[in-house]
Order: sequence, then structure tokens, then C-alpha cells
Amino acid sequence: MPEPSSINIRVEDRGNGTVVTPEGEIGYEEAPPFRNALRRVSEQRPKRLIVDLARVEYMNTPGLATLVEALQMAKKNSTRLILCGLNDKVRAIFEIARLHKVFEIKGTVDESLAA
Amino acid sequence: MSDRPHIRIEMVSNPLYLSGARELVGSVARRLGFSELACGQIALAVDEALCNIIRHGYDRRPDGPIWLSLWPVPGDNGSAGGLKIVLEDEAKQIDPSAIRGRDLDDVKPGGLGVHIIREVMDEARYEKRDGHGMKLTMVKKIGPDSSAPGRTAAGGSDCGCGGGSCLDKQE
Repeated sequence: MPEPSSINIRVEDRGNGTVVTPEGEIGYEEAPPFRNALRRVSEQRPKRLIVDLARVEYMNTPGLATLVEALQMAKKNSTRLILCGLNDKVRAIFEIARLHKVFEIKGTVDESLAA
Repeated sequence: MSDRPHIRIEMVSNPLYLSGARELVGSVARRLGFSELACGQIALAVDEALCNIIRHGYDRRPDGPIWLSLWPVPGDNGSAGGLKIVLEDEAKQIDPSAIRGRDLDDVKPGGLGVHIIREVMDEARYEKRDGHGMKLTMVKKIGPDSSAPGRTAAGGSDCGCGGGSCLDKQE
């Protein structure tokens, strides 16, 4: 039985915030490791948690649910969660779910760090 | 439209194969003349429906059968007017009226899949199959907002043949 594919996630401390950069697709299989990565970063209570989605080609509702959980945890920890780098397809799913007004969304990591 | 699907595949309820199913559906939608955005939405709807079957229908069991069938929906002048997609399984049955998307104003994780399916498809109908399992029928029509730029109003293509089944479409 082949094993499900995994997602590459980079975590970088940029002084003014922590940047989490997933790469690939965030679907059914990838949502759990993405959730674990976000949880680990959130537990450190950074001032800003920036999720750079520029390298995410596809996302479905397990990915969205993971980000909603991260947002709820960030609010509890007084962390500012910012999403950036959404391509048109990923942005479309936020709009269909009407979550584009719930999240703070910026264009780039630099804009997010300066916000 | 013939009852016989133009494409019918059987897959197991293993998430490993979700991307393959998505790519198949997106590719067929592209050939039928849907825009890139619409192709992505159709593939997303199928992905969400398959995720729900795997997670809720089969309780994450990876070996349950799922059948995916595709038909072009006839349009004007014999061209494709849309895409019909049917997903069938042998998972547990639930009352179709109980399958609803959640209130979007209530921001919480989960429960978004059905909302997305209903939002991006023109039709989405859940039924119990005879005996066991569920059947989901989804239809997406090619309209002004969902057709590819090269597609003419009559559903023809830029190659000049005017036929809806032209294989040069979208090349």
C-alpha cells in the first residue's frame, strides 16, 4: 500500500513575526501535518504569524479548516495571523466560503511584516 | 443523452487518489470548453465530494469502492453545454435532506464542503442508492461566466470546424 504524500513546510523567524511557508497542495492528506506545524508555531505565541501561501497550488476545505483553527488559536494567544501570497484559485475558495473577510490577507510576506 | 457514461472509473476510498480524480475531471472540463477558473471549481467540487465520502461515508476506511462517471451535457448545435458528474459509493446511507452546508456566518472549522459543492455547481443532488450507498449527481453548465475565452457563443472552437466535439478546442 503506497503511503500518502506529505507537504513541505518551512518555518522562519523574521524578528517581527514567524513566517510559515507550506509548499504544494493542502488537501485531505496534507492538512494534518500543516495543522501540526501551525500549532507548534502558535504555542510559541509569536507577535505575528504569517502564512505565506505563494507556493500553494491548490487548497480545499480541510486546508481552510486548518487555517480557521489557527485563527482561533491565534486570537486566544493574542497573535496576529496574516495570510499572504494567495493565487487566484486559492483566493477563490476563500471567497466561496466567505472567509476572505474573516482573515487578514496581504499580498506579500514583506507587506505582512510591515503591517 | 445516452445513459452510458462517457467516462466511468472505479477507485478506492484512499485519499492518495484524490488528486488523480481531480485532474481527470478538470482535464475533461477543459476539453469541453470550460474556463480555467470553472475547471478548478468543478475539480474542487469533486474533491470535496470525494473527501466527504472517504471521511463520513466510509469513516476513513481506505478500501471502499467509489464510482466516478462523466457525461457531457448537450448544448446548442450539438456542442457540449456542460458536464454531468455522478459519484456513487457503497458507504453508509444518510437522509439526503440532512446533507446541508453550514451557516457561513458561524466561523468554525469543518462543514464547508457541501456548501462549496452547492455554490460552484449548478445542480447537486444527493440520493440513496438501491440497497446501500449514496449517489451524488452534479451538473455544471457552460455559461458566459464559465466558458473558456476561445469558445464561441454556439459552443464551437477557434479552429473553424464549428463542432462542439472538436478535439482542437483549447489547444
